[in-house]
This record gives sequence, C-alpha cells and structure tokens, in this order.
Amino acid sequence: MENVKEKKILGMDQHELSLFMKRYGIVFIMVGMFLILSISSPNFLKINNITNVFSTVALNGVLAMGMVFVITAGGIDLSIGSMLALASTTIGIVLQATGNIPLSCVAAVLICTVFGLLNGVLIAKFNMFPFVVTLASQLVIRGLGYVISGGYSFALANPKFSRIGLGKLWNVIPYPILILFGITILAYILLHQTKFGRYIYAVGGNINAATASGVNVFWTRVGSFIISGFCAGVAGIIMTARINAAQPNIGVGYETDAIAACVIGGTSFAGGISTIPGTLVGIIIIGLIYNGMNLLGISSYWQTICKGLLIIGAVMLDTIINKKR
Amino acid sequence: MPEKQQENSNIILDCQGISKSFGGTRALKDVTFRVKKGQVHALLGENGAGKSTLMKIIIGLYKADKGEVFFEGKPYHVNGPAEAIRAGISMIHQELNTEPYLSIAESIFLNREDVHGKFPFLDKKETNRKAAELLRQFDFNLSPKILMEELTLAQSQMIEIIKAVSCNARLVIMDEPTSSLDSEETERLFRTIRSLQAQGVTIIYISHRMEEIFQVCDSYSVFRDGQFVNSGELAEVTTGDLISMMVGRKVESVFPKVDCEIGEVVFKVEGLTGKGFQDISFEVHRGEILGLSGLVGSGRSETMRAIFGMDPLTSGKIYLEGKEITIKNPREAISKGIAMINEDRKNFGLCLFRSLRENISLPNLRTLHKGALINQNKEKIEVKDIATQLRVKTASIEADAFSLSGGNQQKVVLSKWLMSKPKVLIMDEPTRGVDVGAKSEIHALMSKFAAEGMAIIVVSSELPEIIGMSDRILIYHEGRLNGEIAREEILNGSADQETILAKEFGE
Repeated sequence: MENVKEKKILGMDQHELSLFMKRYGIVFIMVGMFLILSISSPNFLKINNITNVFSTVALNGVLAMGMVFVITAGGIDLSIGSMLALASTTIGIVLQATGNIPLSCVAAVLICTVFGLLNGVLIAKFNMFPFVVTLASQLVIRGLGYVISGGYSFALANPKFSRIGLGKLWNVIPYPILILFGITILAYILLHQTKFGRYIYAVGGNINAATASGVNVFWTRVGSFIISGFCAGVAGIIMTARINAAQPNIGVGYETDAIAACVIGGTSFAGGISTIPGTLVGIIIIGLIYNGMNLLGISSYWQTICKGLLIIGAVMLDTIINKKR
Repeated sequence: MPEKQQENSNIILDCQGISKSFGGTRALKDVTFRVKKGQVHALLGENGAGKSTLMKIIIGLYKADKGEVFFEGKPYHVNGPAEAIRAGISMIHQELNTEPYLSIAESIFLNREDVHGKFPFLDKKETNRKAAELLRQFDFNLSPKILMEELTLAQSQMIEIIKAVSCNARLVIMDEPTSSLDSEETERLFRTIRSLQAQGVTIIYISHRMEEIFQVCDSYSVFRDGQFVNSGELAEVTTGDLISMMVGRKVESVFPKVDCEIGEVVFKVEGLTGKGFQDISFEVHRGEILGLSGLVGSGRSETMRAIFGMDPLTSGKIYLEGKEITIKNPREAISKGIAMINEDRKNFGLCLFRSLRENISLPNLRTLHKGALINQNKEKIEVKDIATQLRVKTASIEADAFSLSGGNQQKVVLSKWLMSKPKVLIMDEPTRGVDVGAKSEIHALMSKFAAEGMAIIVVSSELPEIIGMSDRILIYHEGRLNGEIAREEILNGSADQETILAKEFGE
C-alpha cells in the first residue's frame, strides 16, 4: 500500500513536470528565437519588421485556428488551401457584379463554411477517413474555383477592398492582425469555455467514452469542420485583399503551414490535446522562421527544408513528452 | 515401479508451482497442472479462476513469476506463440485472429511459404497443393484459394486447427471453441477432435458447457481463484461435483450491503430482445440493488448496453416511472435519468488524457451553464464536492485521469455518473481491476445511493459480489433469464453460490 502511494506521488510530479513542459516549453523556444534574431539581425526589432512578421502570420494564423478544432476532434482538413482559392474567386465574382464589399465577404465565408459542413457530414455520417475525404474534396473545391472564374485571374481594382489586407488601424496595426486577434479570442472562448469545446476534446480524446457520456459525436465532428471552413473563408478574404485580385490558383500548400502551427503548438495528432494559446505560439514560431531566414539571407529553398525539419522535431517532442504508451 | 515410470512418460504437459501476479492481484498461486498424452483434457473454473492466464503462460504470451513447465518430459521455455508452435503447442483462441485477405493456403502456410529453389519467389502451386492435401485429410471440401474472409467462423476455426496440425502440434489448446458454433458445427468439431485424438494429439479443452465436456473430454482439472483444486477422470464425477469444486468458497463478509426500504417500481423492461439476448423482462424498485449474474457472454452486458442505447434493440419495451420510453442513444438515456458504468473503463469510461474535472463534468455540462459558456467556478466546486465525497485520491482535479490507479479511475467514473443524480444506475462490472480497499468503498457507496432512493442494476462476474450486494439476483443462461433468487433465500440458506452457478450453467 505504502509503495503504491509513493509511486503515485512520483507520478504526479512527473505529470506536473510534463504539464509544465507541455504548456511552457514551446514558449521558451519562441522567446529563444526572438533573442537570437534580435542579436543576429539588427533589422529584426524594427517596428516595420515586427508588424510585417505579424501580418504575414495573420493569414496562416486564421487557418490554424480553424485547423486546431479539426485535429483536436481527431480529424484533419486538407481542403483549406483550395478553399482560399474558392473564396478568392467568389469575392471576385460578387464584387464585380455588385460592388458590395460586405456582401462579397459574406458570400466567400458562407461558401467555405458550406464546404466545411459537407466535409464534416461525409466524414461523421459515413465514417470515412478525414484524410481521404478532404484530399478528394480539395480537388472538387479548387475545380469549382476554376469553373466559376472561367479559369482566369482578374485584378479587382477596388482600393477600398484591398484596405482589408493592406490597411492599418491608426496607421500602426495592420487589419489582418486585428482579424487574427478577433478569431483567436473567439476560438479561445469556443474551445476552452463552452460545452462544444469540451465535447471536441472528449470526441478527440476517446470517441467511445464521449458517446457513452451522451455527447452528440456527429455534430461535434461536423462542427469542427464547419469552423475550419469558416476560418478558411475569412483567411480567403485577407489573402484576396492583399493581392487585390481574384485568383483560382492561390493557396496551394497552405494546409501544411496550418497543420504545422497546430503541431508545433502542442496539438496532438492522436486528438484530444491542444490549446489555443499554444497554437498562437506555433503560428508565431512559423512566422519567425520565415522572417528570420529572410533577414539572414537564407534562400527560400532552405526555408522549406528547415520548416519540414522543425515539424518533425515538434512531433517528436510531442510524442516524447506525452509518451502515450 | 514400472507402472510409475509409465505414468510419467504418459504425461505430455507438466506445470509445476506456477505463480503469476498482475500489479497487486495474484492471478495464479502455486498451480500444478498435468495433462496425459493423447487425452482430451477439460480445464474448468469460474470467470477469473486463472484458466486463461495459465494458457497464456504456456503459449508464451505471459511469463510466469515462479514455477516450471515440462513438455514431453523436457523443460519448456518459450517467448511467444511463434516459439510455442515450433515447440509443438498451438492454441485456438476464442476470438480468431485471421488475416481476412489471405487465401486458405496462404493462411495455413503463413510464415512457412514455399519458394522456388533458392530464390525468394513464392511457389504458390506447391503451397496450394499441400493445402489441398491437408483439407482432404480433414474431409473439408473447400478450394485452398478461397479467401479467409469468405469463411464462416466455424470454417476459419477448422482452418486454424488444420494449421496447428500441419505445424506438427502435439498439444492443441482450445479456448471456448464452441461459443459461436451451432449444434451441427459443434458436432463436426467434435468429430475433428476425436480424429486428432486418434492421431495422438493431446487437447486442452476450455469450456463452460458441461454437456459438451462430458461428451468430448476424458479428464478434467478445476481451478478456483487462481489455485488448482482438483483433477481426475470425468467418468468418476458428475456435473454437480464439478460445480461445487468450482465454487467451493465461503461468501466473505466484505460486502457491506445495508438494508434499506425498497419502494415502488422505477424501471421496468418487457421482452427485450437484441443481439445476444432474448425475451428479457425484469423490474427494479426504488432503493433496490438488482444483481445480474451469468457467465461471460451470456447476454448480461449486451442487455445493459442496449438499454442504455449503445446497441439496437430488436424488440421489447422499456418503462421508466410507469411511462413507456424509447432510447435511441446514450444521450437520450442520460437525459431521462439513466446512467451506466461500462465494464470497459478504458474504452468507454474515461478520456484518459483529459483532467478529472473534464471527465467528471462531461455528461453533466447541461447543468453547469451560464448563458453560452460553462460556469467554470460552479464546475470546479461541484466536481471537487463529488470527488471528495467519493474519496478519489488525487493531488488535484486538474490531474490527467491517466495518472490515477484503477480503483481511483473507477471512482472518477462513478463520480461522473453520480453527479448527474440518476434515477437508474446501471453498473457493469463496477469493481473490475479495482484493489480490495477501493472495492469495499465502492460497495459502501452502492448501499448509500440505494438508500437515497436510486434504483441500481449491477452486473458482475464475481459471485460473492452479486450475492453480497443484491436484493434480488437474476441469472442469465445463453441469452435468456434462467431463474431469480431473493436475498432472503440467500440469508436463510435455501440458495447459495452453487444454486446460482448451476443456473448459470443451464441446470
């Protein structure tokens, strides 16, 4: 009996240590990167560069905030890259036809959300693998982008609309950062403070136990994909405004960065483990990698390699810390 | 002297002084087990008597803590089933693990494939030819090219047996081989067993079905609570003898059932039929603990799962407080005031890598709301309350469920359901894998909640638990109810464990 007790206390210590590492380990890495970059590159800490880091981060950030719901619920969404393209062409069409900016934004978000819903229903209703379903639906979605735009890219020539992507509040804070900020707060409340968020964790953590506890597993899974679609729509608005053009060929590979941000931020691929603050840190780390390597004059080819290695490192860290079996 | 020698050389498997513990529980205590060459030897015992543990030691899935095994007179050590097969021992498991997309021939010769000379290319013709020969030998009219997935369970079982024989097995262990066979298939299996016996193969036959044991076996060994009880020739004993050997222990007084007032009927089912159970009717009263007893697979858990909406019912009616209700999924069951503790804690009870707080509040979130958000203060207070009440030993309610011992995990599962204050609480194996201390605490809690007016249904494979805790006991036999025993009958001595076990075996 005594023996058992001792073991348990030790177990708790280990648990607390791993909890601490899981919560704050990644923050140390981010701070370390900040320090290294400020020392090695004199331009890094300039206001211009910092706002630049964050506005490039905003797009990926919004995508990652949607992705984290899907991965936490035990899924994956590979279709968000092509949703960016569909959102872009939708905005182009609606804006050209009506000139109404809010209407075009709503249309873009709506169409992406609907595709999120379709992804979710296919996966949860027919119990198909999320990987396969979204791998296929990404083709459908991108194809649809080409169909409605006739395959052409066209400039929007709407300076008011492009302000969403390029404008700044009080000439300091870029609007995309504000959007990321808003989405992050919403995501935080939804995941950490509502019943729905708790169900997301339960479904990803143990789908059988969730069912047996009366969780509506179907709508929880569908909900995660709806959120991912919604976020892809919002990100699509930012992207279209930044390039000020409707293009059906944009967004290729963006799901990779979003997944990477989640994983670096401590989201477990097995499902059931993640935090919104962690994901935000993951997003910033990816932004720092790009920016740092740009400042240090490293070619984009090497940047791609480094990002890949970093994801592998983060996943390895995740399995070592969690050591599930 | 020569007689003694002959007896020794007659023994094919000799296990001496085998002990095995898992964590704190002793599964086997100094067990001796001998099987004579060429016999069909029945291994008997209640659920949890240690039969499977010993067999798993023999085929190398577990390592014994103590003891020696001799096979064909030589010391025998194996690390895993593959080595056991090479040594001459094969086991036919109750749940067959076959590769569905291999052909019969590929399956029989898996890992021993024929190749063309020295080259690593498969010689499928040769493999098929050899398989066809084996099939003919066993009067089995199937092409060796048929895929395993197309076979019935009985057929795949036969293939497993053929495979064992083709590996030159001298000892074949069969664990509940007839549990999913119909009577014709069973008859066929018995013919095969007899022909194996004629070829000199020894068989260890594990089964709960007494009539079969007397039909096909020559000798027996009985285990109880991880210990060897007796062995001998079946010709010298009766079913009754075997059952009293299996039970043989006194009811310990560790079950603190407190008698309380039993009120009106709260929950009633009529003619429930589903997969694994037929025509089940019973009622539970306020303050009553109803015990469901039966062998593993007799339909107890299946009935409970169906009532809780986890599996479909094909027919039958459910009444709660006099009103007929339908339950399509656990969500509906919970919202109507029915809670269920699943027998499989890891898969259906807990999200192991989430905190106690989240686990306990999961089915109760609808009562913890403040507008759209969870009222986190209220949540913390209520979770802490119930966890303290049930004496869950943990440093904090934020600890992962994973970090707790089995007994404490079970208390967390109890907490989550008791927090919802159900009218009917179904407990399927509530003390499985729980240490003795936590076990009696859980029993005390059951009494307490019954006294507060809950109706409790307990499913347990432990007869002393069922007898000690229940106001009434219903006994399952092969999917149907086979008798009812009231607490008074136990108390006045007109019914005991033997009565129950006999009913479980269909007497």
